[in-house]
Amino acid sequence: MVGPGLGPALENANPLVFRRSGERPVTAREEDDDLPDAIDDREIFDLIRSINDPEHPLTLEELNVVEQVRVKVNDAESTVAVEFTPTIPHCSMATLIGLSIKVKLIRSLPERFKVDVHITPGTHISEHAVNKQLADKERVAAALENSHLLEVVNQCLSARS
Amino acid sequence: MRAGSADGSGMAALTLSCRLAAHPDSRCWFVAWSPSGALLASCGGDRSVRVWGRQGENWVCQAVLGEGHQRTVRKVAWSLCGSYLASASFDATTCIWKKTPDGFECVTTLEGHENEVKSVAWSPSGSLLATCSRDKSVWIWEVDEEDEYECVSVLNSHTQDVKHVVWHPSQELLASASYDDTVKLYREEEDDWVCFTTLEGHESTVWGLAFDGAGRRLASCSDDRTVRIWSSDEQGEPGVACSSTEPSWKCICTLSGYHTRTIYDVAWCRLTGAVATACGDDAIRVFEEEPLAEPQHPTFALTAHMSRAHAQDVNCVAWNPAEPGLLASCSDDGEVAFWRYQRPECC
Repeated sequence: MVGPGLGPALENANPLVFRRSGERPVTAREEDDDLPDAIDDREIFDLIRSINDPEHPLTLEELNVVEQVRVKVNDAESTVAVEFTPTIPHCSMATLIGLSIKVKLIRSLPERFKVDVHITPGTHISEHAVNKQLADKERVAAALENSHLLEVVNQCLSARS
Repeated sequence: MRAGSADGSGMAALTLSCRLAAHPDSRCWFVAWSPSGALLASCGGDRSVRVWGRQGENWVCQAVLGEGHQRTVRKVAWSLCGSYLASASFDATTCIWKKTPDGFECVTTLEGHENEVKSVAWSPSGSLLATCSRDKSVWIWEVDEEDEYECVSVLNSHTQDVKHVVWHPSQELLASASYDDTVKLYREEEDDWVCFTTLEGHESTVWGLAFDGAGRRLASCSDDRTVRIWSSDEQGEPGVACSSTEPSWKCICTLSGYHTRTIYDVAWCRLTGAVATACGDDAIRVFEEEPLAEPQHPTFALTAHMSRAHAQDVNCVAWNPAEPGLLASCSDDGEVAFWRYQRPECC
């Protein structure tokens, strides 16, 4: 889907770095084991905020690529929609970043969930093309059978030591 | 399990008769009935093709074709004689399997596409095979009596990934559907295959195609959540003169507002005329043409809606060619299901 090889020069050499949010507060309801816990926006955000950027030693949260307000989950309908914002409008890593978010959520969530990943409207020159690729599960499946690309995605998803 | 209806009256029913864990821990991408309707082939992300046969009310696995492909098997197709099965794979090849008394044997591997082969289909005469790929091309292969395959045409009309190919039920006319949002039709002219028309209207990827039994109409389904019915004016409307010999195809009906996510497949029953759809919202729906509508301005009514037909996206629906109302489906959950469809009493 994307050419994951990194060029010698970084596309966006000096990105703005944002503060990480704190730990998720645990509510009284969640401490009661007798009540079912629906998956909420913050839980989804926690799954994706520490994904690594493909070219900077920073997380998607620190680059403001993902934000909790751009996560919409409906547990009853089994849908998750995530908008992500590329750091620059011509970012060639946009598809790879979207794919990493999608793979992280597919691996983490129960299979009943429909996961939609889109670019925040108006923030990328190839927004429509990238959104269409990310929504095409056949092309996503084929991409993930490509061992080189899978390795790059897994690097983005691996926890940094 | 019965499909609910909006008003409960005159509604058809879709009843589950059997469910199989056909490709466990994997996707089941596609199912295809043998021409006699006795066997069903399924394929999936586990790189295998499985062949299922009936045993009483159940369906049992009769063969596992596991050695042919290195990657996902996306679609399968039976030859019209029922003796051959073709499998299209993400490994960029198409395998031809011959049915023998002991099972299935891979007799040929067709190579040439640059990347993933998405679909394969046999022509009604059985002498031609079409394949299509993410490399944007459609290939037509000729089969001789010695089971040798030769590529006779490479069609590069599409500008994007080609998702599906299907032949006309009686003529050597081919249709293809693409990520470029169009459907294209091809036929042979002076020893060469040409695209003679492009059907434009869908607003996103076209995933599936199905001709009706007579071949005068074509149904297409899309990521834009609509089904479109295209008609050839070849049969000639009374009083309408055809200016050329070229049959033109136009959209005569759009089914919109019924599907909540991508429609991955459409199947048009050649025995009953019922149209079934496979949707990314996990549902199977069946539509029937309203009997009193004009043929050139048809309307289709939703006659069955099985929500949660599968636990995940439904990838394919296929009507049995011999037994009216017997429908097979498959899903991302790896399962194949068999359904009985009863037509509404009012029809």
